[in-house]
Amino acid sequence: MRAPWRSVKDADVQQAVGNLLRVGVLLAAAVVLAGGAIFLWHHGGDVPDYRVFRGEPVDLRAFVGIVRDAFTGSGRGLIQLGLLILVATPVARVAFTAVAFGLERDRTYALVALLVLSLLLKSLAG
Amino acid sequence: MNTLAFSATIAGASFCAGFLGSLTGLGGGFIVTPVLTLVFGADIRYAIGASLISIIATSSGAAAAYVKEGFTNLRVGMLLEIATVLGALVGASLVTAFPTRAIMVAFGTVLLVSAYLTTRPHAEHLTADLPPDRLASRLRLDGSYPTSEGQRRYRVRHVPGGFALMWVAGVLSGLLGIGSGAVKVLAMDQVMYLPFKVSTATSNFMIGVTAAASAGIYLRHGFVDPGLAMPVMLGVLAGSLVGARLLFGANTARLRLLFAVALVAVAAEMIYKGAAGGR
Repeated sequence: MRAPWRSVKDADVQQAVGNLLRVGVLLAAAVVLAGGAIFLWHHGGDVPDYRVFRGEPVDLRAFVGIVRDAFTGSGRGLIQLGLLILVATPVARVAFTAVAFGLERDRTYALVALLVLSLLLKSLAG
Repeated sequence: MNTLAFSATIAGASFCAGFLGSLTGLGGGFIVTPVLTLVFGADIRYAIGASLISIIATSSGAAAAYVKEGFTNLRVGMLLEIATVLGALVGASLVTAFPTRAIMVAFGTVLLVSAYLTTRPHAEHLTADLPPDRLASRLRLDGSYPTSEGQRRYRVRHVPGGFALMWVAGVLSGLLGIGSGAVKVLAMDQVMYLPFKVSTATSNFMIGVTAAASAGIYLRHGFVDPGLAMPVMLGVLAGSLVGARLLFGANTARLRLLFAVALVAVAAEMIYKGAAGGR
């Protein structure tokens, strides 16, 4: 009898990783689309100006502010939340491969994935 | 032009960029940034912010298909991600300190090199009969990929050289908001002797992670504007999905050459504007 984790194979990991990436991108696109509709409904008539760089307001620069804005129904906040989901997709993929290679008893690559994951989280957390 | 018309125009241009990018294998980011800066006059920091985000969408979409078909070498990708992420953190930190004119000149230069790299004829290295490389064997990097005659095995070589070039690809990605696909493929198929198809698939697999490393820094410095990133991300994603559908069976050699010529012109304009001090 084989223990269940022994049956985790590279091919299974490939299929799961493919699905994870697809779901993440589609979810992000849906949220950005919804946010974009709200944004254009309210601000479609404004005149945009991207010639001079001012940088985004503080609440659209970090996780907590973006989530707070998105849940108040702000179009810009919702778009930014969708973009955060998009950025989180490859990060989730790295976390998933760390677990999957751990289950495969492939210690080297589980550690490689954990190293990449910690670099990504450090960068995102500031 | 009001925001509605502006968003529709940007989405249309981004659709074309994504379409051509996936059809030619150069990626959409290389076209979006010059279009936003040269045509729409956007500050290059807003442009690379929007471009970097859209790259995560297109590369993840393409990576999903390749990885399911078994072209991607997961171990090679994961190992080299250490190098690209470390490089991207350096590049993205540099860009916040760089003057915009220097970014434009750097962008044009990298664009020229990438246009050359993607049009150069690539010789396939047949590695199945070579003796195993010590480091590659210890890291179990050798693999196989599906061909019309069944699975074909290949061996991986020169891991440190590939790792070093991947670090450079990461720096360029963070500095310019691009995927650096051309340099990533170069590191794998020319330095490490991976088959071209495996190199392309694995490069797509790594681009999202490399870009995510820079995205945190871009967000914190206010480079990512939702009003601009929304039409760019949706347009490039839709365009690349349509382009990928047409890719099978299309003869892209001539299109790629035509596209490369156009990119050389765009690159020259970027370098000129950056050096001459215009926007």
